[in-house]
Amino acid sequence: MHYILEILPSLLDGLKLTLGVFFLTLIISLPLGVIVSMAQRSRFFALRWITNIYITIMRGTPLLLQIVFVYYGLSLANITVLPRFEAVVLTFVLNYTAYFAEIFRGGIQAVPAGQYAGARVLGMNKLQTFRYIALPQVIKTVMPSVGNEVINLVKDTSLVYVIGLGDLMRAGTIDVARDVTLIPYLLVGAFYLLLTMIFTVIMRYIEKRLNYYR
Amino acid sequence: MLSIKNLTKSYNGRTIFKDLSFTVAPGEVLTIVGPSGIGKTTFLNILAGLIPADSGSIELDGKELTIDGTRQGSEVGVIFQDFNLFPQYTVTENITLAPRIVAKEKKATYTKTAAELLADLDLTEHQNNYPFELSGGQKQRVAIARALAMKPGVLAYDEPTSGLDEASTERVTSIIQKLQSRNATQLVVTHDLPFAQSLNGKVLDFSKDVER
Ligand SMILES: Nc1ncnc2c1ncn2[C@@H]1O[C@H](COP(=O)(O)OP(=O)(O)OP(=O)(O)O)[C@@H](O)[C@H]1O
Ligand SMILES: [Mg+2]
Repeated sequence: MHYILEILPSLLDGLKLTLGVFFLTLIISLPLGVIVSMAQRSRFFALRWITNIYITIMRGTPLLLQIVFVYYGLSLANITVLPRFEAVVLTFVLNYTAYFAEIFRGGIQAVPAGQYAGARVLGMNKLQTFRYIALPQVIKTVMPSVGNEVINLVKDTSLVYVIGLGDLMRAGTIDVARDVTLIPYLLVGAFYLLLTMIFTVIMRYIEKRLNYYR
Repeated sequence: MLSIKNLTKSYNGRTIFKDLSFTVAPGEVLTIVGPSGIGKTTFLNILAGLIPADSGSIELDGKELTIDGTRQGSEVGVIFQDFNLFPQYTVTENITLAPRIVAKEKKATYTKTAAELLADLDLTEHQNNYPFELSGGQKQRVAIARALAMKPGVLAYDEPTSGLDEASTERVTSIIQKLQSRNATQLVVTHDLPFAQSLNGKVLDFSKDVER
């Protein structure tokens, strides 16, 4: 117990960074995902093409590699040297935007054509149709998949320790190496579990709220 | 007054109808009949502005409507075969959405109109239900109310009795007749012949009266 209290401050520090990466990624990549999913359906071939390549790469390579690539790669190629935290957030945003875009694309496709026809003969313009007809339905359809990604994101944040960022995982690893005990890892695991449980409850609640219609 | 002139439509070189011309006057119900696949829905979609025609013209109350399939307007009130109600909105919200955001009516105005339509179509007790909670006949009436709320120049129904039992069919008939007595211009697509006869209007048989 005494030992736990002793290592808790450093773990909480790590937790702070983990949550920072988590929330920044979520807040930026959710709206970006909407935009990219619209680009995927653009009239312009070039835009669709670029978007598809981007999504293929992001989904087809490990996030771990992407983190290392952005952090070390950009400086090796003499492009720019990003601070660790910024490099990590950039990578996570790029990666998760791609996943969210795919999810939203599916959600948009799931809106029946008749809904658009119904809106059009009532005189709604494109924006009104998106805002009042399609979007609410898309949000409902994508919520379970978005929820899965949110849980994945919590766990994926542990990958940032490879470039030496002091997240929860790294805080635990330092304590384990120093004190030769597994207790820090157990604590770290408990933290992740707690986080994923909290977000699961939140997502379930939102899903339930959206279940007032079929 | 709806007036269709020389309307022609083909899909990939196959003519569905050619030089289709007719008029429907206020207080008149035109029934379009014909076997499956003959082009009834295709015509309705052109009238609704949803798909393009090759040539011809559509005039409604002295105003020319576009036939390029990109129209966005409520001049033609459409009651789709599967209704296309908005599932996330209640019956009342389905009816008031367009008056509110498209016609930009005042709340007092669209609430009053909606209340009248709900009473008229016997939907008052379902006003707070969602579409999934309604029967086919009730959905049908919501679709009619939703179209009427935008005060269209013509009402067009696609197979309004498909999937309805006899009682509901009679109900649709009496609604159409009620609107007729109020001088609405109406056009009904159906392949339900007894129903077509009960409407007592002009009948246009797409399998006989239409060139292709
Ligand atoms: N998008 C399309 N591309 C090519 N052909 C089409 C398309 N839509 C409809 N058709 C064809 O046009 C013809 C008319 O179809 P339409 O849906 O208008 O028939 P309908 O008279 O409404 O039939 P039903 O009574 O079964 O509803 C059919 O042969 C159909 O295959
Ligand atoms: Mg049809």
